[in-house]
Amino acid sequence: MLTMIAAFFERLNETQGLNFSVFYDAFDRSRFLTGLWTTSYICVVSILASLALGLAGVWVAGSGSRFGRLVVRGYVQFFRNTPPLVQLSFFYFAVGGLLPRVSDGFGGQSPLVSGTGWAIIAFSLFAGAFNVEIFRAGIEAVPSTTVEAAESLGYTRLQLYIHVVLPLAFRICLPALNNNLVNLVKTTTLAYAIGVPELLYAASQIWSESFNVREMMNVLLVTYVLLVAVLVFVMGRWEKAMRIPGYST
Amino acid sequence: MRTGSTDLAVLLPYRAPAPIAPSGMAAPVLLGGGTLAAFAILFGASLALAQVTARPAGESAVTVLLRWAPLIFQGFLFNILISFLSMALGTIVGLLVGIAQVSLASALRKSAWGLTQFFRNAPWLVLLFYAMFLLPFEFRIFGLTIAFPAWVKAIIGLALPVAANVSEIVRGGIRSIPAGQWESAEALAFTRRQTMWMIILPQAFKRMIPPWMNLYAILTMATTLISVVGIQDGLTITRAALVAESRPELMIPMYLLLLLMFFAYCYPIARATLALERRFNVKA
Repeated sequence: MLTMIAAFFERLNETQGLNFSVFYDAFDRSRFLTGLWTTSYICVVSILASLALGLAGVWVAGSGSRFGRLVVRGYVQFFRNTPPLVQLSFFYFAVGGLLPRVSDGFGGQSPLVSGTGWAIIAFSLFAGAFNVEIFRAGIEAVPSTTVEAAESLGYTRLQLYIHVVLPLAFRICLPALNNNLVNLVKTTTLAYAIGVPELLYAASQIWSESFNVREMMNVLLVTYVLLVAVLVFVMGRWEKAMRIPGYST
Repeated sequence: MRTGSTDLAVLLPYRAPAPIAPSGMAAPVLLGGGTLAAFAILFGASLALAQVTARPAGESAVTVLLRWAPLIFQGFLFNILISFLSMALGTIVGLLVGIAQVSLASALRKSAWGLTQFFRNAPWLVLLFYAMFLLPFEFRIFGLTIAFPAWVKAIIGLALPVAANVSEIVRGGIRSIPAGQWESAEALAFTRRQTMWMIILPQAFKRMIPPWMNLYAILTMATTLISVVGIQDGLTITRAALVAESRPELMIPMYLLLLLMFFAYCYPIARATLALERRFNVKA
């Protein structure tokens, strides 16, 4: 099967001049797949970290502490209203430049946090800021009577969140969350700017060596649309699985 | 009887209560001021740190920053210009595609839907690359040569996702108008075109404004992407300035300065969007 595909694209290159090198050239393919893997890795870690950040943020914002609330507000507004690319540059060049370098065991020096690491940190913080707002909207949509009923049953704040508020709020905010996570997947392309070997970077390497900008560009677009489609599909399934009959948003 | 001169609650004019924010996150107007102040403190602290850690021979950090600030600001203004032009182009195209998305002709509707979904789900940077590399640098039409400099291509590249998003906004806006409006217009013998232009769109327009403004803020922030494809914008100039000065301790204040410019521009837009949303009472 794989050899058939390779043969097909090789012939396409010879007869039509359409050079889809990723499908028949082993080196280009491995580079592309490595890029795909890096992108997926950044996506998954950032999604999980941003969800955790969103939950933590909304927890602090809802607590009595005035200072904590101010910090969360500042964090959300800052990351929502500044360009993600500049945030990434800020983290990678400015903050990363100040951190000490560590010995890498081969006699050389390597930065404490790699480019991939900074990309994950920056994207998590960026998407996390949006998640705080999304979770807040979801929590506010939980009927106050439900919360009061749980309070009168003697739930502590943590129990209230875990057993009552979050399960309901989560279902309410899933569509918005979905949008944000799709956005996060698209944002990972920015890591190109700091030289992280993700999908866009791998593709640009391939097209600058194989001179097939047009073909690679289309492969790249389709790959990203597929990546997003996978995420949307998974989230859609999840949404359906979590639906409570009779409880619509 | 004047309604003002009664104390019967039913006869008093209704005043909507201020929205209550249980988690204490929404509403306050002071919020922006606070963030801006925190920002300024951070900026000042980083500047002071740069001043302290600077090598004794060099100029003071403030002097260097003041020298570059006007240039960075010019680059930032270029970002804003690009954002205006892409937004204009994207809105026009998106409006047409969006209306095509609710057209009765199924082929037109489906292709408009496909186009919208495709460009909405592709990363902005990839679309920008697409436009930069695949558009010709000049266009020949009837012996007339239209040049396509890089910045025009960048505008087109940014306008693609904008158009797709506007198309979704338009579709959503039109869909949000109750079906009764369509039906009553039909009963009054309006043609479909008349219904659309004279009844549906004027009502839907109001609801489209908040998400449209939100999109504009996103676009403004996305304009920094053009620095990746080699156009001189605010971020490029900031980077060039840092290279020229080669003083690592200045990095944090310089980048913060640029972030501050964007924040000062985008934050009011975000607030206005929120205010409009609340006024029109539509969910984002």
